[in-house]
Amino acid sequence: MSTAYETVIGLEVHVQLLTEEKLFCSDKAEFGASPNTRVCPVCLGLPGALPVLNGQAVDLALRAALALGCDVQESSGFARKNYFYPDLPKGYQITQFELPLATGGALTVATEKGERTVRVRRIHMEEDAGKMLHDRVPDQTAVDLNRAGVPLVEIVTEPDLRTPTEARSFLVVLKQILGYVGASDCNMEEGSLRVDANVSIRPIGATEPGTKTEVKNLNSFSAVAKAIAGEVERQEALLSAGEPVIQQTLLWDGAVGMVRPMRSKEESHDYRYFPEPDLPPLTLDRARIEDVRASLPELPAARRRRFVEQYGLPDYDAGVLTASRTTAEFFEALAEVATDAKAASNWVMGPLMELANQRGGTVAELPFTPEEVAEVLALVADGTISHRSGKDVLALIAESDRRAAEIVESEGIAQVVDQGLLDAWIDEVVGAHPEEVQRYRAGEVKVLGFLVGRVMRASQGRADPKRVDLLLKTRL
Amino acid sequence: MSIREIREALGAGSGAPDAALAALAKITRGESGDGSLNAFLCTVSEDALGEQVARAPTGPLVGVPVAVKDNLATSDLCTTCGSRILEGYISPYEATAVRRLREAGALVVGKTNMDEFAMGSSNENSAFGPVRNPVDRTRVPGGSSGGSAAAVAAGYVPVALGSDTGGSVRQPASLCGVVGVKPTYGRISRYGLVAFGSSLDQIGVLSRSVVDTAEVLGVISGHDPRDSTSSERDVPDLVGACSADVDGLVIGVPEEYFPDTLDVDVRGRCEAALERMAAAGATVRRVSLPHTRFAIPTYYVLATAEASSNLARYDGVRYGYRAPEAASAEAVYRRTRSSGFGAEVRRRIVLGTYALSSGYYDAYYGRAQRVRERIARDFSDVFAGGVDVLFTPTSPTVAFPLGERAADPVSMYLSDVFTVTANLANLPAISVPVGEVGGLPVGGQFIGRAWGEATLLRAAAALERTMVGSS
Repeated sequence: MSTAYETVIGLEVHVQLLTEEKLFCSDKAEFGASPNTRVCPVCLGLPGALPVLNGQAVDLALRAALALGCDVQESSGFARKNYFYPDLPKGYQITQFELPLATGGALTVATEKGERTVRVRRIHMEEDAGKMLHDRVPDQTAVDLNRAGVPLVEIVTEPDLRTPTEARSFLVVLKQILGYVGASDCNMEEGSLRVDANVSIRPIGATEPGTKTEVKNLNSFSAVAKAIAGEVERQEALLSAGEPVIQQTLLWDGAVGMVRPMRSKEESHDYRYFPEPDLPPLTLDRARIEDVRASLPELPAARRRRFVEQYGLPDYDAGVLTASRTTAEFFEALAEVATDAKAASNWVMGPLMELANQRGGTVAELPFTPEEVAEVLALVADGTISHRSGKDVLALIAESDRRAAEIVESEGIAQVVDQGLLDAWIDEVVGAHPEEVQRYRAGEVKVLGFLVGRVMRASQGRADPKRVDLLLKTRL
Repeated sequence: MSIREIREALGAGSGAPDAALAALAKITRGESGDGSLNAFLCTVSEDALGEQVARAPTGPLVGVPVAVKDNLATSDLCTTCGSRILEGYISPYEATAVRRLREAGALVVGKTNMDEFAMGSSNENSAFGPVRNPVDRTRVPGGSSGGSAAAVAAGYVPVALGSDTGGSVRQPASLCGVVGVKPTYGRISRYGLVAFGSSLDQIGVLSRSVVDTAEVLGVISGHDPRDSTSSERDVPDLVGACSADVDGLVIGVPEEYFPDTLDVDVRGRCEAALERMAAAGATVRRVSLPHTRFAIPTYYVLATAEASSNLARYDGVRYGYRAPEAASAEAVYRRTRSSGFGAEVRRRIVLGTYALSSGYYDAYYGRAQRVRERIARDFSDVFAGGVDVLFTPTSPTVAFPLGERAADPVSMYLSDVFTVTANLANLPAISVPVGEVGGLPVGGQFIGRAWGEATLLRAAAALERTMVGSS
């Protein structure tokens, strides 16, 4: 049944720009301050206050637009979107409507069926609204206007996505790119990325679009995938039962994992858009646009290709390393001073990411330099210490400001190369585990790993596991 | 006292800042009891004024008492806009124009009554009662800056600030017999001016002489980074312009502003003024502004559309009046706005909302924008043809009796027929007294080129001198 339909998805993504100040006033655009402490006459909508456009927000929006391959309009404009809501201090939102900042970009997403190009219809700037707090004052709703006036860009795609997974992948790539160019951190917990999805289905082969619904309030990648999948299922059930899909706006309720229709009052807005008379048209000359373009870093897809070519890395490695700009840059700095790029890649993807996760930060935020890591890698490469000891040394570097060689010496963790010692440990293990030795000799090859482990334990990690492996095989 | 007299008194060491205390005493005396003009909605306390006098900076307006229309934000006095919905509201910040006045040494003695949210031409739309015309207390002072015009005409203060969206400084100046100027859109920061029609609103100055008007206009003009629509152009020497002669000045007289239906006495005073200007060396040339007849409907579509959005913030949520016992957010909005706004404001919000509605936008707002461009082009064509300033009557009639037009919005709207075009075309304009009819003042209006305030004031001051000569 479900194979009889094709799904068509378009996304509207709201992303908070990483500015210091709000879009139209100089209050800090920071998250988590106590309610109504980042406010002024402008974002409170006090009588007589006027908006002044934040140039940094324009630059960041431009970076986003150019990174997505959009055409930036040399003249764009702001409009008022009028509606009443307690979190909207002026009774209107200042947004770009008829004249968006940029149009016509595209983004490539890897899918199960290969690469898919998702066209970007437009990118425009707008201000965020405040927040309603339902749990602060008993039986009343409180309003926090710290978020009111925080700068957003809305990125609207063409209906080019076909599955919930693709929609999710698109967002992952989008987040990566916006992070690379410094436009947004797309932090979901802080509400820096919010998604509305337009969803319709049609019989496979049909060219006419089906009736679409808009699912709002998707504030995590998994909510996007889940809500779209649920909505597709709902529409399929309707069509299979011979009932029509009704064009409507649906709200995703994350708590119950379901969509519910918005009340008709909630969606019967006539926003009465008209040009914002308090702001002149936004004109961007070619030189400014080209300056911003020239200042963009290498984007993730290009960097991934380069990592494969330049460092001879597998595509998988290149993908993991370039997922974040700072990790990619750390890797490059490490590869610069290390002798083996693949080993450097393994160390970044393995021990370094593990350490970063433990510490709740990124690889680039780890308290050691690429040079310090390279020293550890060199000690492992020349057999002075084992791979496992290398990890321990890194952890110790993180806790002190000693260099790798110093730690290896003072902690006595240099690898033991003394054949006599190695033989003694092997004798001990072979003697203690006659049953396993028997099983190995009977052809149960995987038991060898167990025995190597025992020898390593006996050596307190100072033996070279490869050498132990070889010695054991010879012995048995 | 004029600004110059106050300055001279200060130079003579006779304590000019006393002028502010004297003005306050005069207001207190004049505005109590039956004879009250109801020109003020609040005044500064004597103690507070005394303190301000003591620490007033030494600037060009040192010691000059000023009255400020109650739609300009002041942090020490009420800012109600003549509306119940902002009753008791004190702004936490000050309008840029008010701040510049204070920095120049001026002293704000009180906030003046006005038509609610500057919507009206008679001051009868104030939630706090109408203002009376000091020339004849049975008549309106004009509006919406009626309180400011009355305060200046009554001699309470030498100068007052008003705001002008479609004539709200010039028309009451005309009806009260004082000078009132609205500069080019963008000349004065609107930061702190409570918005009515944002693309039309400008702060203006009312006073008893052109030169005092020029003094204050010069102080409050100039770029303000808080208003993106304020111009970065330099402000010319406006006071100096007031003493220049008008030899060779070309005055255009647009025929559309002297229709056959024009009050014969108003026409007579204006024609006489033109004759005196010609005698003073100006050249008078008849011209045409063919799109003038579309000005009133265009203005009322655009101003009400913008107002419907600008006034959305008065919702009872954050400040001002909130209707009691509303059970839901929607009920708070509905009840607060139904009982907090007066009838004319509600009428204009409904009109403006309609003009912007889906399906009607192109027919109303969109078309009005295009007609506005035509009206502006009429002016630029005439100025390109060599005209320096235009001259028209300010108001089609003298001050009318209180209550006469209150029930007929359209006849009230027509009070602005000669003034709205300057707002639509973003041009500077000034009203100057040109005589009286039956003891009631008549005003003549000069309209200048964009940024041509110096020429505008030069013409107005010259006309003023011919009046002194003729009286």
